[in-house]
Amino acid sequence: MRRVTPRSALGWAAVAVIVAYGLYRIFIRNDQLLFETALNGVQFGVFLFLISAGLTLVFGIMNMVNLAHGSLFMMGAYIGSYVFQQSDSFALAIAVAIPFSLLLGIVLEFLALRTLYARDHLDQVLATFGFILFFNQLVLRVFGATSQEFRLPDSINFPMPLFGFTYPSYRLIVIVVGLLVALGLYLVIAKTRVGMLIRAGASNRPMVGALGVNVRMLFTLIFGIGAALAGLAGVMIGPIESVESGMGENKLILAFVVIVIGGIGSIRGAFIASIIVGLVEVIGRVFMKDMLREFLPEEFAQTAGPALASMSIYILMAAVLYFRPQGLFPARTG
Amino acid sequence: MQKSTLAAAIAAAALVAAQNAGAQELRIGFLNTLTGGSAIIGKHLMNGWVLGLEHAGWKKDGDKLGGVPTKIFYADDQQKPEIGLREVDKFLKQDKVHIVSGIIWSNVMMTIQKPVFDAKVMILSANAGPSPLAGELCNPLFTSSSFMNDGNAEATGVMATKDGIKTVVAMAPNYQAGKDNVNGFMRTFKSGKVVDQILFKIGESDFQADLAKVRAAKPQALYIFAPGGMGIAFMKQWVASGLNKEIKLYSIYTVDGLTIPAIGEAAIGAIEASHWNPDLDNEKNKRFVKDYMAKFGHMPSYFAVQSYDAPALIAKGMKAVGGKTDDMAAVAKAIRKGTMDSPRGTITFNVNGMVLQPYWRLEVVKGADGKPAIKGVAKIFDHKDAYWEKCPANKRI
Repeated sequence: MRRVTPRSALGWAAVAVIVAYGLYRIFIRNDQLLFETALNGVQFGVFLFLISAGLTLVFGIMNMVNLAHGSLFMMGAYIGSYVFQQSDSFALAIAVAIPFSLLLGIVLEFLALRTLYARDHLDQVLATFGFILFFNQLVLRVFGATSQEFRLPDSINFPMPLFGFTYPSYRLIVIVVGLLVALGLYLVIAKTRVGMLIRAGASNRPMVGALGVNVRMLFTLIFGIGAALAGLAGVMIGPIESVESGMGENKLILAFVVIVIGGIGSIRGAFIASIIVGLVEVIGRVFMKDMLREFLPEEFAQTAGPALASMSIYILMAAVLYFRPQGLFPARTG
Repeated sequence: MQKSTLAAAIAAAALVAAQNAGAQELRIGFLNTLTGGSAIIGKHLMNGWVLGLEHAGWKKDGDKLGGVPTKIFYADDQQKPEIGLREVDKFLKQDKVHIVSGIIWSNVMMTIQKPVFDAKVMILSANAGPSPLAGELCNPLFTSSSFMNDGNAEATGVMATKDGIKTVVAMAPNYQAGKDNVNGFMRTFKSGKVVDQILFKIGESDFQADLAKVRAAKPQALYIFAPGGMGIAFMKQWVASGLNKEIKLYSIYTVDGLTIPAIGEAAIGAIEASHWNPDLDNEKNKRFVKDYMAKFGHMPSYFAVQSYDAPALIAKGMKAVGGKTDDMAAVAKAIRKGTMDSPRGTITFNVNGMVLQPYWRLEVVKGADGKPAIKGVAKIFDHKDAYWEKCPANKRI
């Protein structure tokens, strides 16, 4: 059980005040921009969850730093776009990309990453960084240097009227899918035998092995699930962004921020941290410059605003590391 | 004794002959970007260059360009200034080139320009056009077959003024070229004001947050500079947000031959300013587009046009100096003199070596095959860069 310390109580009180003020602005003062921004933040957060859930499982349970997670995201998007170009069907793209990513993850684990578990983190970083370069060049060679054609059908991607403005309908779908994945993972981890092993693995790996569980199989499975989640994120985000070599790297950095804030190995932590990071990133991007304008010269706010906004999640991460080095919801205690 | 003298004399004669042969050979280093996320630009630049060489009568090392046997060396800067510098160092010391051409990135250009000029070697930029090289750092050894970095931005400002736009939100990546392109737009936009600037992270791929802000600001038009993948993501999200029905969009380097295939239908209706478009009605352009499509199987872009013009310019310069490679400033001077027929139309040069050329209003329309196609609509203006007066008088040609 987690104890409520005065410090954490203070932290939660601060969060509650901020959320309450935000809700007041949105619903009482009818602040449409804030509402749309909050919705965007949640949507971005849910997307971050899709990509960081797999990363936190692999890092937390297998103690494996996998920089190639972003490449798995990219491969999901590329396979999705390839299937789309051949069939003109987004549904088929999703249906192929997820099992493909699962398989790719399992093959990768089986051929290469499995030899790295016993090595220290630096070796893992080096080897998986090698995979980033490998996959980036692979897609350049196979698919060429152009950004891949990957679009959504108009029936699911249209400007949808929503409380006085239009919102891209597809982003609502991303939110729903993300929440379903979160629910599914929660049920698997909390209610099933495999989930029990995963939790046990996160808490005390050697003991799980000592009790006769086939840890190797478990690890391969977890890695496969992580890869499938990354692939799902890739194939869902690919059509609204640009499918190109190296598209996973920026996402990977954000995913690491999320799992550090959430507590490594914790799905619940990854979910809550994703939403927090999503909100902080998007709200900072929209409001930081205007906030600085209140008390700084225009020219300075113009330059410092965007810079500070892009730093905000790292500042948040630093603060979390200072007050709770183990993250908000560490797997080992929560 | 006599034998050895004779041998020495023959050796000396051979040496002189070799040196003469060396003096009559032109060596060019072409610095490009062939790996990484921007490799597509490098591909277009290379294709245009190869076709330009062919049309100038050069196919392989030793063939003549402008009457001089020419050898060409290639290098990849990987979009990194330090790698570009290393490769240019090799061009200068090992390959002993007379001309460095290619060069996509302004930051690479700014890094390599000094060592190249110090070695009395000429630069012929096929893309990068940073403002310092047009102004205080201008050099008689510099010429360009491309454009001024903020030329499109200034053209867009003129276009928006002609359209009588009152309020604009400007968006660009938060780095030097982004700010230059916002400032260039503001320099020529006279009919209204820029109500907000949104500077996003370079490489950004999710613009939904910024679009909420644009919606709240309710401008009459949005001006955006988002090259490459950023532009692809932006255009898809712009249309999905529904804002395209309420706000006019002016973009530069965002919707072009490179990005339209990936953007798809969302590109239709976009307005761009550019120094070239595929349907410009002149013989040179028709031949260029036809031969390019036949050779490479895809539509060319303005990148390809720029590097296509480079060999013709070099040939013109070398011919004018009688094939001599010992004074490259004279070659640069000859290149800048007079006019040159480009697929863009007739271009001339400013005193700082930058290209003087017309800019065109382009619109993306539904083509005959149902796919988006770029259509040239009207000339916006003849562009002259805003920096040449900062070029010291003794450096002007």
